[in-house]
Amino acid sequence: MSYSEKVLDHYNNPKNVGTLDKSKSTVGTGLVGAPACGDVMRLQIEVDPATQLITDARFKTFGCGSAIASSSLATEWLKGKTVEEAVQIDNMDIVEELSLPPVKIHCSVLAEDAIRAAVNDYRKKNGLPELTFEESAAN
Amino acid sequence: MLKLPVYLDNNATTPCDPRVVEAMLPYFTEVFGNAASRTHPFGWAAEEAVDYAREQVAKLVGADTKEIIFTSGATEADNLALKGVFEAYASKGNHIITTEIEHKAVLDTCRHLEKQGAAISYLKVNHEGLIDLKALEAAITPQTILVAIMYANNETGVINPIRDISNITRRHGVLLMTDAAQAVGKIPVDVNRDGIDLMAFSAHKMYGPKGVGALYVRRKSPRVKLIAQADGGGHERGMRSGTLNVPGIVGFGKACELAMQEMEEEGKRLALLRDKLEKALLQLEETYLNGSREHRLPHMTNISFKYVEGEGLIMGFNKNLALSSGSACTSASLEPSYVLKALGLGDDLAHSSLRFGLGRFTDEEQIDYTIQAVTATVNKLREMSPLWEMYKDGVDLDTIAWAHH
Repeated sequence: MSYSEKVLDHYNNPKNVGTLDKSKSTVGTGLVGAPACGDVMRLQIEVDPATQLITDARFKTFGCGSAIASSSLATEWLKGKTVEEAVQIDNMDIVEELSLPPVKIHCSVLAEDAIRAAVNDYRKKNGLPELTFEESAAN
Repeated sequence: MLKLPVYLDNNATTPCDPRVVEAMLPYFTEVFGNAASRTHPFGWAAEEAVDYAREQVAKLVGADTKEIIFTSGATEADNLALKGVFEAYASKGNHIITTEIEHKAVLDTCRHLEKQGAAISYLKVNHEGLIDLKALEAAITPQTILVAIMYANNETGVINPIRDISNITRRHGVLLMTDAAQAVGKIPVDVNRDGIDLMAFSAHKMYGPKGVGALYVRRKSPRVKLIAQADGGGHERGMRSGTLNVPGIVGFGKACELAMQEMEEEGKRLALLRDKLEKALLQLEETYLNGSREHRLPHMTNISFKYVEGEGLIMGFNKNLALSSGSACTSASLEPSYVLKALGLGDDLAHSSLRFGLGRFTDEEQIDYTIQAVTATVNKLREMSPLWEMYKDGVDLDTIAWAHH
């Protein structure tokens, strides 16, 4: 199986690798996947409380190239979006952007899950009810 | 001069030795006859070439030429041995003993035979990848017709104690079959000294061409009976019908002759290179050798790099360095290597494994390059790994409630 140019580019030059201070109330952290399954993603967002804009996004991922690329792409897309817009990101958008083959769709699902988990962590910290999501079709 | 790309997947397949190709070439054009044609010199010349190759192959494993059945490869030989013995010995019993770490050619054939009424016992291996001889002996019943245990494992390189195993099978009057695709041509294999009754092996794992292999079938003490699985012209003493792949067989013979001459020296050279590679990589934090250090093939090693995932790791260097991983992501199944799991590795370590298979054309500069490329990628991916960060922060990953998907 060969990788698309975009996957290779994110793998070779990942955007926004890193760690935000998870103790801050403005930071939401999503940790999804499992070591036993071969992929774990941690995605973090920093939110401006006044505007609800995501001012920073960081990731660290244990997984294959497609998992790394999916999370790298997700952080790029998150920056500048509002929290509300962030949860609209659909895994199939990631699949399309990175030209992921069917066997790698679960990587995009994981990225979608990580975004939602990070948003809910932020909401929880700020006394807001957690959002519930319909199960993704590919999950 | 460093030769790129570096090929360290010699357990998957090896390149043909140029001397093998040279030996084969005339048999595509000038000497193209059907070895079964008895009425003209084209056929005679082809038959003569096959006879000579059969001697070369038999000699390498200490067999008689009449005991070598040419096949399309080890998979076909495994199928013929297992199915052929199961049918031929049906009146004696239906029980076959094998191991959890066999190649799929044996495991899937056993699954097939289970549907035909066979009872199969799958022996476990210990953390080193070795079977328990007492467990083997205890598994033998009056119904047991065959023990099928691989000579050396394709993922870890661990060598089974075949002589000890055959002592047991002989004592109980049970046949011993071994898939020796990874061992023949790499380490001394002798069917008489080792007490083997049936043995599958393949040319392309030992610098010969793809599409040709052999099944060794013992003719004396005991004489092994086999029911053919392909009907037709009655080639190969009726055990494997089908026009012989003359160029392939000639190449296989040449590969065996070269192995006979060069195996010992080559094994020593590759063991030194392997040890250099392994020592350097195991110096990285949280890396683990998989399988027995003592009982294994000289040219391979299997290492887990904890907190990085195998396919992601390979992607860091696969333009210039070819090797394989036990990670699920390299297969469609999403299950990590069943062999490594049988050794007791957790899924996480199985996902993090790389198999390094050195070969005749591997040199020291390539090993130095490999050490540097793998080390750099492991370090880079660990900086990107949330698990590595947690480990470094002293978080016990087992205490986290992971959502398995």
